[in-house]
This record gives sequence, structure tokens and C-alpha cells, in this order.
Amino acid sequence: MEVFIAAVIAMAVIGILLGAVIGIAAKLFKVEVDPRIDLVTELLPGANCGGCGKAGCADFARSVISGENPPSKCPVASQEQVSAIAKALGIEVGDAVKKVAVVFCGGDHNQEKVQVLYNGVNDCVSASLIAGGPKGCSYGCLGMGSCARACPFNAIEIVNGLAVVHPDLCVGCGACVDTCPRDLIKLVPQDAKVHIYCSSPEKGAAKMKVCSVPCIACRKCVKAGEEGQFTVDGFSVSVNYDAEKLVDTSIFENVKCPTGCLLSEAEHLKIEKAQTSEVA
Amino acid sequence: MSKSKGLTFKGGIHPSKDGKALSSSAAIQDAPLLKEYQLIIQQNIGAPPKLLVAKGDEVKKGQLIAEAGGFVSVPLHSPTSGKISKIDSIPGPMGIPVQAVVIAADGEDQWGELMESMDWKAAEPQAIKDRVRDAGVVGMGGAAFPTHVKLSPPPGKEIDCLILNGAECEPYLTADHRLMMEYPEKVLEGAAILGKALGVTDVYIGVEVNKMDAIDTLLAKADDYGVKIVGLQVKYPQGAEKHLISAITKREVPTGGLPMDVGCVVQNVGSAAAVADAVVEGKPLIDRITTVTGEPVKNPSNWRLKLGTPVIEAIKFAGGVVCEPGKVILGGPMMGFAQKSLLVTVTKNTSGILLMKKDEITQYQSVACIRCGRCVDACPMNLQPGSLSAAIESEKFDLAAKNNIMDCVECGSCAYVCPSNRPLVQHFRRAKAEIRKITKK
Repeated sequence: MEVFIAAVIAMAVIGILLGAVIGIAAKLFKVEVDPRIDLVTELLPGANCGGCGKAGCADFARSVISGENPPSKCPVASQEQVSAIAKALGIEVGDAVKKVAVVFCGGDHNQEKVQVLYNGVNDCVSASLIAGGPKGCSYGCLGMGSCARACPFNAIEIVNGLAVVHPDLCVGCGACVDTCPRDLIKLVPQDAKVHIYCSSPEKGAAKMKVCSVPCIACRKCVKAGEEGQFTVDGFSVSVNYDAEKLVDTSIFENVKCPTGCLLSEAEHLKIEKAQTSEVA
Repeated sequence: MSKSKGLTFKGGIHPSKDGKALSSSAAIQDAPLLKEYQLIIQQNIGAPPKLLVAKGDEVKKGQLIAEAGGFVSVPLHSPTSGKISKIDSIPGPMGIPVQAVVIAADGEDQWGELMESMDWKAAEPQAIKDRVRDAGVVGMGGAAFPTHVKLSPPPGKEIDCLILNGAECEPYLTADHRLMMEYPEKVLEGAAILGKALGVTDVYIGVEVNKMDAIDTLLAKADDYGVKIVGLQVKYPQGAEKHLISAITKREVPTGGLPMDVGCVVQNVGSAAAVADAVVEGKPLIDRITTVTGEPVKNPSNWRLKLGTPVIEAIKFAGGVVCEPGKVILGGPMMGFAQKSLLVTVTKNTSGILLMKKDEITQYQSVACIRCGRCVDACPMNLQPGSLSAAIESEKFDLAAKNNIMDCVECGSCAYVCPSNRPLVQHFRRAKAEIRKITKK
């Protein structure tokens, strides 16, 4: 019995002593944390996608409070979330343009010829290291979904061998951009609704051999559009997203793209959908 | 030399079917002149050469078409006389379109002005190195690394041993075998010239013992040139430079190191012959010996093909095909590259054009690793391919790097023995590319 009591007392004394040490240490070595960091982190979407260039949402919150970034730099946050953060901190919203990703290729299995049988790792980077991948075009989408797997928002779908971004799901975090071994994915302003879905720098005839929807640089769209709306670079034309007035769907009243690579976003999605149902 | 089994290294494999008998007795033939040659501008590793000609220019055989674009670069010469009809993009051997000079041959195949013949025994080593560069000589075994760079070790690196690679361990290929059989003096003289340029007296030619006829031919004349012939065990990848060094000198190249770190330089026998041509005859490198082989080929044979010869024409030289091929590979079956287009043209490192039958090509289904460890036994670099591929599949490239993935020579021995058909080399190629990308940043 005596041993028991001695043990209990010893434990109690050790407990009280250690408790006191912790208590003193907590007062002495206290780290001041800005309570606003938690507040802003709370208001952020919490996707930790890294689209802002910071290592997750808490890091971004820190940069907003330090004034390094405006709240609108978060590509995922909605307008309401951004203004809530700005209001909570009493700062300006900032005027970052909302962006979405676009895969600049229209060559799915129906449009682009598969030249060889590919029997290997189902990953775009790996495939592109073997003879440049199985597709006929050396610049087009490989369709093995490396970008789709990288997307934290499930906004990329592989439709019939072509990666298609769903603009309503895409938040423009850019996680897909670096994964594409062909550099086909670019972030464009959300307001841009007309794109040229081709990135091949080859000559028109060479592109026509392997694909039915390439940009052959006929420049019909360039002539129909206003000045500065398109950029011509060698044998390919692209939409100039820095133009003062972006190309909009009204361009289709003046011009019909002979190959069909100049498409509105809606048309692009529609075609892909139709083809999937055909295949299914 | 040890006659019986030959020297070797640890690991490696021996493919059950080596296919060498198809073409090993076919003498080297000169290819007929074509109407057009499509000369790929970048045929060497390193900086691309700078083009000196334009559309419409007349060129002579051997005329300089592009000059070296840096130290790790070599010039390029015209394979025949004719007119430059265009400079165009053509399918490249790696599947990516490349720029090429298209030469319409005039049919006369007339040499332009040759470089002066050198008395190499009296020449300065630097003069030999300059000549090797000016002739556009690269590693003709497959890597196409400029030869003169290997001859110029940085100060502080002492070279005491030159090894010529005549192992030709890739199945099916017989180009080096025929070269050693038919032009032994050229190979030996090239070896002696390279030895002189490096200032070394220990010059070896390593040959696998399945080519006893080539060994005997070389041995008969080797003493005149002060070159030693070494028999090597028949095993793949015996011709990889680190393994050749290990087999012959018992030295081990440190991880991440180069042969010159252990005082060795390895050159291909084809490059040695090209060096002899360049130094003794003043001829630039404009053609090479290539094996056109495989069961679908009517007459598997060895050809002296001009650079820029389309693969389809080379197959026609060998009599065309007897059955529909399933795959066309540039190089050997182990490390060669399957082609998408037959319009690809012969470059300085095209050691073989190999056709495979449809039923030889398996569309395999790869399944999970069963941890049998055969890949570990087979790996000549002492790596653990199985666990490396698992790390890479879950994109843990840092873990792969820590486990020395960068030492992988992509020989394919692991994938060859894998009972689960895992695409190991493809994983490793990807990891190496990703790691290079990260370290560049």
C-alpha cells in the first residue's frame, strides 16, 4: 500500500513540475501568428492547387496580407470570395483577368490519323519519348491524359483521344500547362470564346496529310477579323489574346474556316460530344 | 588474349536469337547512286551545325555543307555531287520532323577538293584532332557523339588506354563485323591514329568471340600497328563503353562519371575506319556501313550507304521484302528506334535497318511486378529496375534519382528478362527526361 501511495505522489509531483515548465515555455517562447492568415485561408477555396504560384492557400493568404499579391490573384476563388477577402482585410480587390486553359489541338481519333500501334506506358510524356508518339502529327495532342490526371478540378476530359477542357469547370490554375509534353495547353482570358485549335508549325500540305482539321494559314480569318486580332507565325495562325478587342463569335458571319480549326468554344465542345456519342 | 569464353562484366543478357547469321557472310556492297539524297542537318549530339549552302547551290561530293556549330559539334559534307533542290523538314529518326538538305544528284558522283593526306606518324596530336573534326567524324556505334571531343580530355585527366569497340553486341547487326573482316588495315590504322592523337600506347580492340573470323583477321595484322585484340564474351550489352572498360581493364567508371575519369577512351571501330579515311586519304565522312536485315528482307546484307539515303531505298537495295514487315527499326533490336516513316534517311549513326515480321512483334500486356529480381541480376549497371519503375510510376522522380536512375544506360536488359512484360526502359527514359528538366531549372 505504501509503495502505491509513493508512486501516485511521485507521478503527481512530476506532472505538476512538467506542467509548470510547459506553461512557462508557452508564455516565454510564444510565436505571434497573424490571426488574419487563418481568416483569409478560411475564405479561400482551399484547393491548394498552386495556381497562384504559392505553395498552397495558407502561403497565398500570407502573401495577400503582406501586400505581395491582390486577392484576385487566386485563380480559383469566385468574385464573391475575392470581395469577401478584400472586405475582411480592407484592401482593393485587384483586377486580375480570369483565365481558363485551352488545349490547342482539334485532332481526335476521327480527325487525325493514328500512324503506328503504340504499346507502352499510358502517359503522354513517356509516349512522346518514343518516336514522338503514335499519332501522325508530331505536334498534336497525344490523348493519354497526363493533363487530365494533373487537373485538381477534373476539368479536362479525354474525348476520343483528344484532351478537351471544360471551361465551366476550369479555374485557370495552370496545373495542366507544364504536364503537356507538346506545350499545347495555354491559359487564355475567360472572355475569349473563339480559338484556333491547332499548334503545328508544319507547312499546310504536311499538316493536311496527317489531320483533317489543321490550320493551313490561309489567313481568311485574319482578313475577316480586325487588325491585331490574329497573330501569323510562319505556317500557323493563332488568336491574339492580348488584342484590344478579342475575336468573338461574330467573326463566323464573315468567314468560314475551310478546315474547321477556327471554332468557338461551344462548337468545339459540341463536336467532341457528338463524336463521343457516335463512338459509344 | 583469352580464347575460350572471353572477358566480360557483371550482369547483362544473351538474347536467344541473335539473327547475325542472316547477314554476317554478306560482303559489303556499294549502294547504287540515287537521284536524291535527303541529308539531315543535325547528325551529331551537341550543337547543330551551321548551314553554309542555300537552295540552288551546286555541290561536289565531299563538299562542306554545314560547319561545326560549337566545340561539341562537327561539320557535314555532301554525300554526292549535284544541286541543292530544297531545304525541307523530313521525318527524323526520333519521330520528330527535322530539317534536311535535299540534294538532287547529277549522277556523276564527282569528288570535290579533298583534304591533304597527312603523315600521321609525324603529325602533332592537335593536327590529327582537327582533321578528325573537319572530316565530321562522330561515334558511329549509335550515339553520334563528336569523336574529336572524346580525343580532347580536359587538363588534369590522364588517358592511358584507348579501346575500340568491335563487340557489336546488338543482335542482328553485322556492319562492324564485316568492316573488321574486309578492312582490317583501315580499322587498325584508325586505331593507331587515335592512339597517337591521345598519346597512349595501350590500344585495344574488343571483339565478341562469336566473330572469331574477324578476330583472326585482325590478329594477323595487329602487331604491325601495335594494337592488342581482346576476345570478349558474347553477352549484351558488351559494347556499352563502361562495360567494355570493365571487361578489358577491370576499371569501374564512377557513377555519373565518364570513361576518361578512369583514364580510358572508347571509340567505335566504324569511327576508327572513318578516322583512317580522313587522315590518310583526306576523305570526310559521307557514307557508312549499314546492315539491312531481318527476316522480311529478301537478301539481308551489308551496304555502304551514303548519308541521306532514305530507308525505303536501302530496303530496296537489299531486294525488298518477302512478307509484310510489322516493324522497322533503325539500329539494333535492343536499343534501336522503331520508325513511323520509311522516308527517314540514313545518318552517321545508322548502324542497321532492321525489319521484324508481324508475328515477331508482340503486343504485350504489362502486369504487376512479382518481385522475382531477374531485372536486378540482368542490370549491367547494378541498379534495381523493379523498384525504380515502381517509384517512377508514382512519379517519385527524386526517389528514382536517389537510387541512381541517371546511371541507367537504357540497354533494355531488364525489360528483356521481365516476366511481367513491364515497360521498364520507357519508364526510365521518362524519369531521366524529367530529372534533367528539373536540374536544368
